[in-house]
Order: sequence, then C-alpha cells, then structure tokens
Amino acid sequence: MATPPLSPPVADGGGFVVELDQFSGPLDLLLHLIREDELDITDLPIAKIADQFLAAIGELGLSQASDYLEMAARLLRIKAQMLLPRRLDDDAWEDPRSELVRRLLEYQQIRELVDWLSRAAARRAEQFGRGFVVEALAPPAQLVIELNDVLAAAERVIALIPEPVLHRVVPRPLDVEGATAKIEALLAERAEILWRDLVGEHAGLVDVLSVFIAVLELAKRGTLRLEQPEPFAPIVIRRESPREAA
Amino acid sequence: MSPLAKLLEAALFAATRPLTADELATLEPAAGEAGVRAALDELRRGYEAQDHGVELVEIAQGWQFLTRREYAEAIERAQFALRTRRLSPAALETLAIVAYRQPVGRLEIEEIRGVDSGAVLDKLVERALVEVVTRGEGLGRPLLYGTTPQFLEVLGLRDLDDLPRLDELSVALRPPAPAEPE
Repeated sequence: MATPPLSPPVADGGGFVVELDQFSGPLDLLLHLIREDELDITDLPIAKIADQFLAAIGELGLSQASDYLEMAARLLRIKAQMLLPRRLDDDAWEDPRSELVRRLLEYQQIRELVDWLSRAAARRAEQFGRGFVVEALAPPAQLVIELNDVLAAAERVIALIPEPVLHRVVPRPLDVEGATAKIEALLAERAEILWRDLVGEHAGLVDVLSVFIAVLELAKRGTLRLEQPEPFAPIVIRRESPREAA
Repeated sequence: MSPLAKLLEAALFAATRPLTADELATLEPAAGEAGVRAALDELRRGYEAQDHGVELVEIAQGWQFLTRREYAEAIERAQFALRTRRLSPAALETLAIVAYRQPVGRLEIEEIRGVDSGAVLDKLVERALVEVVTRGEGLGRPLLYGTTPQFLEVLGLRDLDDLPRLDELSVALRPPAPAEPE
C-alpha cells in the first residue's frame, strides 16, 4: 500500500494531530475492517480482527500513533482473555469483547449521524442569507509568514535589548508592581497604548521582562486587552471596558 | 398582504440573521404571538405563490429570507457569496456527540471517538458551533460543551428536535444476527 495521504497541516491547530483522510481514528479503522469482511460486530472473531488491525496500522504507518497502539493493545488483551479456559456452565462469565462491541456500536451510530449532519450542512450551504459575511464562517486566514518579516521583527526586538553584559548578576529584581502601576497610569490617560510606550528605547532586559509579565497579568485580570492586527505588527494594549471585564 | 406581514417582511429583509418570533413580536406588541405567526405564514406563502428568488425559511428557532437553492451555483460563480467551508469528518463526529450528549465534556467525547479531540473541539468553539455551557461535577470540574444557535443555522435546523432520533438510525442497537460468520 502507498503512503497514506495526510490531510493538510491546517486541518488542526494546536497539538500534533495526525488525521488520515481515510480514517478518523482507531474505531473507524476497526469498523472498516469489520465491514470489509462482513463480520458480525456482536460476535467478533477477535483473533482474526486483532491480526488484521495490527497489519493495517503497520501498512498505514500508524504503529507510532498512540490512539491506534492503545486499540491494538486492547485487542490483544481481549484475544488473550478469550483463550482462557472457562467452564461451560459458568454464568458469571462476561464476554471480554462486550465493552469493545458496545463502543463500536456507539461509534457506528455516530458515523451515521455524521453522514446526516454532513448532508444537512451541504443542503443549508446552497442557500445564502443577506449580509453574508465570509469572515464569520471561514476559518481564520492561514498565517503567511515572509522570511523578511521574521528577520525584521527579530531585528526590532533585538535592537531594543542592549548588548548583554556577561558575567554580571542581574542587578535588581523584576519590578512587576512598578510596571503594573505604570501601565495602569498610562491606561487611565489613554484607552490605547503601544508596547513601545511602556518600555522605551533603551530599556534593560529586566525592565522588558517586568513590563511583559505585568501586561500578561493585567490581561489575565481583564484590565486590558492585547491586540496585534497582523503578524509582527506592534502590539496594541487596549483598556478593557468594565462591562466585558466582568 | 396585511400591514403586519409587510412590517415583518421589512424587518426580515433588514436583518442579517434569523429573527425569532419573540423578536418579531416586539415590532408590533398588539399583534401577539399568534398574530405574528399568522403573518409569517402569510408572508411565506406569499413568496411561494409569487415564485420569488428568495424564500422565507424557518431556521435556528427563527425566520430568515434565504436565496433559493437553484441559484446557489450562479451566485457562487459570480462570487457574490461563498458556500460555507465543509466541516471535516472529525469536526462532524465531535459535533454529533456534542449535539446528542450535551452538556458533554472533552473526556466523554474522546472516549466515544477513540482519539484526542481537544484541538477539534477548540476549532468548533472558535467557529461558534459549540460553546462551554457549564462545568461538570468531579475532579477539576471539567468544562461541558453544548451546541449554539449558530450550529442550528449552519445545519439549517429549526431546533434540536430536527435532528434524527437515535432509534430512527439504521444501526440503532439491533439484536445480533443469528448466523455465525465463522
């Protein structure tokens, strides 16, 4: 089998998520194998399906994906449990497959709902309302970064920090309280200030850090809001209106 | 057309989102809910009878003028509007679980899907299709998610009752087949 087609990297923000076009997870792959062989879900030939699952994740290059590995381990455990001898009249015996079967049936139900939702969304998309705002529904534009922008931004940041002096202990501790007071004073005057207003041209590393921590803390408290209109643009620090801060 | 129907027509034309019967009733408090409903019906039937390019649709617990399906392609080709981006299978799976299990936490979603769902859940929140509705009991008081009015709008549903009932699905838990596959 050829290497599986990976969905484009924009598919999921944050975290490393492998999403195959073909399967959305181990349960999906398992259902696919069951359907392919027209097996009865409620009476799974577990040894057979476990072997097929292992072979499939090997072929698909998924043997490193933890979700798939976990399922493989689960299948092997059930397979082992099925091999344990039991008395025929043992009423207390619980089929080791029952939990997996329940999950598969549940997941199958979800897949059917997915088909339904997908059809409903496609049908709805054939009609437009007034004042259609593309931004409201489109995903945020993919971040396009030019190398020159990165370099220019890096230069601006580096230029603000004086030459590091080696072999010298930081002369004074962070002054987050002082920085907080300064920001609050500035915000009391103006609704909107820039990062540059806070640190000035020749701020030392300690000052930059103090202001940075103060800004983050105030943003967390809801006193201010941080905005950056485009990548690497100057950061705008805006006073948060009291209503939204609540 | 009755004066109330014309008033509703104007309001629905001006709005860029579905308006609920309650919202519409504020236009003419004397009309009452029944009056508004009757006028909406009159309006909808009027547009149908006169064969317009738009129709009055009941959607997301409200009413909205939408273009008729047959014009979707022409409008899109001329780039006057864009069809909404299709949701990925992972997003739809997560939406389905949230829609039926709400309020539901991330762990339950992941247990049903069998895969990490944090990222896809964040994206659905970003697109305002689901939102945090409350916090659950237990360790860490997990965030619980539910669907939004936007969910109904994007799927063209009047309300959550428009979703198929689980027992109507073909795979609703059936008794095991008698035949042994092996």
